[in-house]
Amino acid sequence: MIEISGLRKTYRSKAGDVVAVDGVDLTVGEGEVFGVLGRSGAGKSTLLRCVNMLERPDAGTVSVDGVELTGLRRKRLRLARHTIGMIHQHFALLSSRTVAGNVAFALEVTGVPRAERRTRVAELLDLVGLTERAEAYPAQLSGGQKQRVGIARALAARPKVLLSDEATSALDPETTESILRLLLDLNRRLGLTILLITHEMTVVKRICTSAAVMRDGRFVESGRVADLLRQPGSELARDLFPFEAPESVPGATVVDVTVSGEDADTPIIAELARRFDTDVRILGGTVETLAATRAGRWRLALPGGPEENRDALEYLRTLGARVGVAS
Amino acid sequence: MTWSEVLDLLNVGFQETAWMVAVSTLLTAVGGLLVGVLLVLTDKAGMLPAPPVNAVLGLIVNIGRSLPFIILLVAVIPFTRLLVGTTIGTDAAIVPLTIGAIPFFARIVESALREVPPDVVAAATAMGATRRQIVGKVLLREAMPALVAGLTITVIALVGYSAMAGVVGGGGLGDLAIRYGYQRFETEVMIATVVALVVFVQLVQMLGDLLVRRLSHR
Ligand SMILES: Nc1ncnc2c1ncn2[C@@H]1O[C@H](COP(=O)(O)OP(=O)(O)OP(=O)(O)O)[C@@H](O)[C@H]1O
Ligand SMILES: [Mg+2]
Repeated sequence: MIEISGLRKTYRSKAGDVVAVDGVDLTVGEGEVFGVLGRSGAGKSTLLRCVNMLERPDAGTVSVDGVELTGLRRKRLRLARHTIGMIHQHFALLSSRTVAGNVAFALEVTGVPRAERRTRVAELLDLVGLTERAEAYPAQLSGGQKQRVGIARALAARPKVLLSDEATSALDPETTESILRLLLDLNRRLGLTILLITHEMTVVKRICTSAAVMRDGRFVESGRVADLLRQPGSELARDLFPFEAPESVPGATVVDVTVSGEDADTPIIAELARRFDTDVRILGGTVETLAATRAGRWRLALPGGPEENRDALEYLRTLGARVGVAS
Repeated sequence: MTWSEVLDLLNVGFQETAWMVAVSTLLTAVGGLLVGVLLVLTDKAGMLPAPPVNAVLGLIVNIGRSLPFIILLVAVIPFTRLLVGTTIGTDAAIVPLTIGAIPFFARIVESALREVPPDVVAAATAMGATRRQIVGKVLLREAMPALVAGLTITVIALVGYSAMAGVVGGGGLGDLAIRYGYQRFETEVMIATVVALVVFVQLVQMLGDLLVRRLSHR
């Protein structure tokens, strides 16, 4: 649904050039929820703004729903933009228009006739649960309500793709949760493809099927969340399951075990203790239900050196776990 | 001079001021909006970047802004004759008033439009809005309270400028105050005129504030 290849964007200024996006390749399949994580200044917003050509890339191609956007003339680009919804961290609503007026604006822009607008606005407000607040002005709404207006507006033209730049960063955890639930619901009911940017792990945990970690304009890691979790040394896996635990234990082998998908339901620690008659200890760990999968990560201490535990570790791998020896 | 004579003078003066200010406000609103929008559009980061046009327009506006009104009044006399057919009277005064106020209001328009959050403009662009829609439905609409507040300031400045319209026989309250009060020492007339001016300005400000409150939903 979204195909990006070799994307580059440099900001030029007197103070010097900043390479914001430095060769990014990205494919987001239909109905997928793709999350891009990264520190401040990594180039996430620039990447997103290149998808609907709010920023013109210097190199590379972007196509959405089979339409190559980089080469389009102004008019064609405007039409293509109707199929790409976007939501913003600070909502970006028109303060001079009511909730209904803001949604209607999106319809006016797409050229929906006046007579149809009313029913469509009502539909959209119903979809995001804001029917009661239709005549309120944005200044009278809570952050969560404003973002719902933003979402309704983004969906006005029945886009196939939704871009989201830190849509929940200005919201408290509970409101974030309700917005994420709404996005997930839209993704499932409308088959909406979502490309989102965030610095919050919860967002990835809750709704992303795929994710990428961005640093200095590049993707350092990217793929399906379930696969990334199994990938040795994955930053994402580590950040998704942070825990405090000792790195080494005298006289024992410390191993990090990550399981995901159906394997997450295997009682691996019990199996291990029973089969190898080992006094396995749990040093730390978490289990999470992610959007696409269930997963867990533990740090275990097995008595004895790595050699003595070779069979036990091999057995863990056959159970589908990703095993890394910490010390 | 009797009070009824003073009242007659005031009545005529008030009508002249009201006419001059009303017509030049209307013309200034149109001209200032046009120039202000052009200044924003032609900016190098604007929607129709044209740095040379922007620079020339900015220079003209700055010249207009820096010229003392009394000089402008005299300098545009030939242009006034061309436009109105005469160089004296209330209608003739409207020409320099408008020319003097357009650059003033244009800068107010420019800064009001720049106050519209870039985020909101980007959102409209991302929706596929045309430039015309962005100017009309986003920039001008969102800036409306600031534009009305700015126009109120402009109207009051025009009331002040119009006091000098007497130089070209424009009449009005300000002219009355200068001729009777300052030149003929008719203190009562001067005080009455000044009071009338204060009331006028006060009314304009109140009306402006009311409108701004009505329009603002921030
Ligand atoms: N309009 C601009 N002009 C010049 N440099 C810019 C511009 N926008 C962004 N940059 C620079 O490009 C780099 C990437 O910025 P970007 O906004 O894409 O980062 P980000 O990952 O979204 O960060 P954050 O999490 O803080 O939003 C930064 O170094 C930033 O300073
Ligand atoms: Mg950003």
